[in-house]
Amino acid sequence: MSMAELNNENVLKALTDAFGDAILHSEMQFGMLNVEIPADRNLDIIGWLKSNESLKMEFLTDLCAVHYPEQKGRELAVVYHLHCWTKNYRMRIKCFVSAQKPEIASLTGLYNAANWMERETFDFYGVQFSGHPDLRRILNMDEMDYHPLLKQYALEDETRDDKDDSFFGR
Amino acid sequence: MVKMVEAPEGVEGQGFFATSLDKVIGMARANSLWPLPFATSCCGIEFMATMGANYDLARFGSERLSFSPRQADLLMVMGTIAKKMGPVLKQVYDQMAEPKWVIAVGACASSGGIFDTYSVLQGIDRIIPVDVYVPGCPPRPEQIIEGVMKIQDLARNESLRRRNSDEYKKMLESYNIETQ
Repeated sequence: MSMAELNNENVLKALTDAFGDAILHSEMQFGMLNVEIPADRNLDIIGWLKSNESLKMEFLTDLCAVHYPEQKGRELAVVYHLHCWTKNYRMRIKCFVSAQKPEIASLTGLYNAANWMERETFDFYGVQFSGHPDLRRILNMDEMDYHPLLKQYALEDETRDDKDDSFFGR
Repeated sequence: MVKMVEAPEGVEGQGFFATSLDKVIGMARANSLWPLPFATSCCGIEFMATMGANYDLARFGSERLSFSPRQADLLMVMGTIAKKMGPVLKQVYDQMAEPKWVIAVGACASSGGIFDTYSVLQGIDRIIPVDVYVPGCPPRPEQIIEGVMKIQDLARNESLRRRNSDEYKKMLESYNIETQ
């Protein structure tokens, strides 16, 4: 398989040909391909995207999580943004994990860039990246005892008592 | 044009001048405050304008910024202080020698400002004592100068015994700051 140019159609076809049922869902958002894969397949599918000669997704642009409290059993989405330098093509990969057991394999073996981004995702959402060499908080203070971007926690500072709630949309 | 500071009240005669030590030292301190700029965001940019030629904080004797807390008299906190930054700010305050003053410049340093959020300290007075608050988001240089002038008033009129008093020690202890 060799592709002169990457586009959403031929990348999706290459993925479906190689992994079949592991491509759970795909959609286009703002012209960008989004592919959902099982959380326990992230290493081999993203590893394949990186090492495949015609795809060469060698740049992990971003890595983050999203909390969907209403989706029972799949509350946390871990989102990977990939970029192919040589053909200037970008795409997103999503994996869903449950809030009770937010575990997913670390990509630090594939991309060094994953190190700090996974620490950030752990810091804010509590996602456990197994295999990460040093998974500790990176932005919030070390004493913090919760993961602040999970939606059950208030955005506001809870130590304030001098504000009238009705003026602050609470 | 050089404008000299006026002498404090006292008794003057031919060849002598008598006044109280408090007043002389207060005058000297008030007109030679060495600020330590702790600038973390846009209020710090306003402070740069304050130090520039147009507004020129040097006119008030605060020409010499001290980037070592050990030589500074006035801690100027300008900008949002994240909770993670809190211990750093407290250590800087601890390292300053007495007498020392603190000015909270802008809404964030005074109260957390618009950042009513889990990661931001809701006012530096939660960890260190503050002498003067300057409102504004950010305040203009004129306001920062007014704040420094208020500090000058405090320095000028402060009793030499104040920092040895029990009240002062109690106040520091209420912030969990060790006293000598």
